[in-house]
Amino acid sequence: MEQIPILKVGRCLLVSIQIDMHDKLAMALQDDLTQKLVETRARGVLIDISALDLVDSFIGRMLSNIAAMARVLDAQTVVVGMRPQVAITLVELGLTLTGIQTALDVDRGLALINRLIDAEGEDGAGGAH
Amino acid sequence: MLEKHQSKLLTSWVQQQLASGSLRSGQIKEDELKEHSEKFLREFVASLKSGQTDDIVGAGWSPVRELLGEVSRSRALQGFTPSETATFIFSLKGPLFTLLREEIKGNAQVLGDEIWTATKLIDKLGLYTAEVHQQSRDDIIRRQAQELLELSTPVVELWHKILALPLIGTLDSERTQTVMENLLNHIVKSGAEIAIIDITGVPTVDTLVAQHLIKTVSAARLMGADCIISGIRPQIAQTIVHLGLQLDVVSKATMADAFALALKRTGQVVNRAAAKPA
Repeated sequence: MEQIPILKVGRCLLVSIQIDMHDKLAMALQDDLTQKLVETRARGVLIDISALDLVDSFIGRMLSNIAAMARVLDAQTVVVGMRPQVAITLVELGLTLTGIQTALDVDRGLALINRLIDAEGEDGAGGAH
Repeated sequence: MLEKHQSKLLTSWVQQQLASGSLRSGQIKEDELKEHSEKFLREFVASLKSGQTDDIVGAGWSPVRELLGEVSRSRALQGFTPSETATFIFSLKGPLFTLLREEIKGNAQVLGDEIWTATKLIDKLGLYTAEVHQQSRDDIIRRQAQELLELSTPVVELWHKILALPLIGTLDSERTQTVMENLLNHIVKSGAEIAIIDITGVPTVDTLVAQHLIKTVSAARLMGADCIISGIRPQIAQTIVHLGLQLDVVSKATMADAFALALKRTGQVVNRAAAKPA
């Protein structure tokens, strides 16, 4: 069964979604991610969706769920790399992903997440910057 | 018979067109008119030979149709009215009937029949011309509308990481779509972090326009860019409040203020160069 890799980069976990999502995969991702978050005590989650050219309400809700779960485990979530067409579709669908931070690419996403973590003013785990 | 008198017919036809002022004060040259008429007569005669005299949709008439299409398209571009274009064909009737009368002298029955056939045929051709003319006009209008749409939605890179989007004219759904696509593509291309949407040129802001603005802002936010709305005129500010609209975006009165804020947010500073020592 296909699996979405979760990589640890500095204080964050990097999730790059490269294939079309379906229910099972989404559930597996949520499982893996929460597991990893607890294991690594990461402070941020970076979700790269630059390879997706179709984001529907299902994936939108999945992203919101992941953000909420990460929040509970004390981690910030940033979605990066959304394509223009995807953004337009989401807006037309009325899904503005409220409560999720967004950034243009992974680089900026990392910078943003580090800023957010620093802003919380607590002792960060590592010196990634 | 027509073939025999082709050149004579041509001369009198061109003369008649010239006399009736279809040149439209030099908008089309005499040579061009002559050339069109000559070509048309040639194809006309050729098609007549194919034997179909009542159906111009058939294959035998396709060269004539092509030629007519070309002529009326070029005339549409030159600003002729449909009736002026159709007159090109209808004016052939006069010389043609004169010719028929001369040739079929004495036999009223045959003459009547021939004139009827010719009338029907020429009417059809004339109507076809008018149709093509109308169609080319429509094409022109559509193209212009498209160009207007593209022209009126420029995205300007004001500064490093700062885009400006001066909106001019009414925002309808179609334009919003174009604006949004334009903006998002520019955000990707330039890696901008802030987009200033200037609505100085938007005459009215109603609920629909506001909704479109919000959509654009949300889409930009999904791409990781913040928006600032600027150029809100006093009346528009009042309208927005009276309508109870929530824009949920940072808004500034002028583009300058918005730009200053954008610079601050991106951590950039513009300094006046120190005066050179004398």
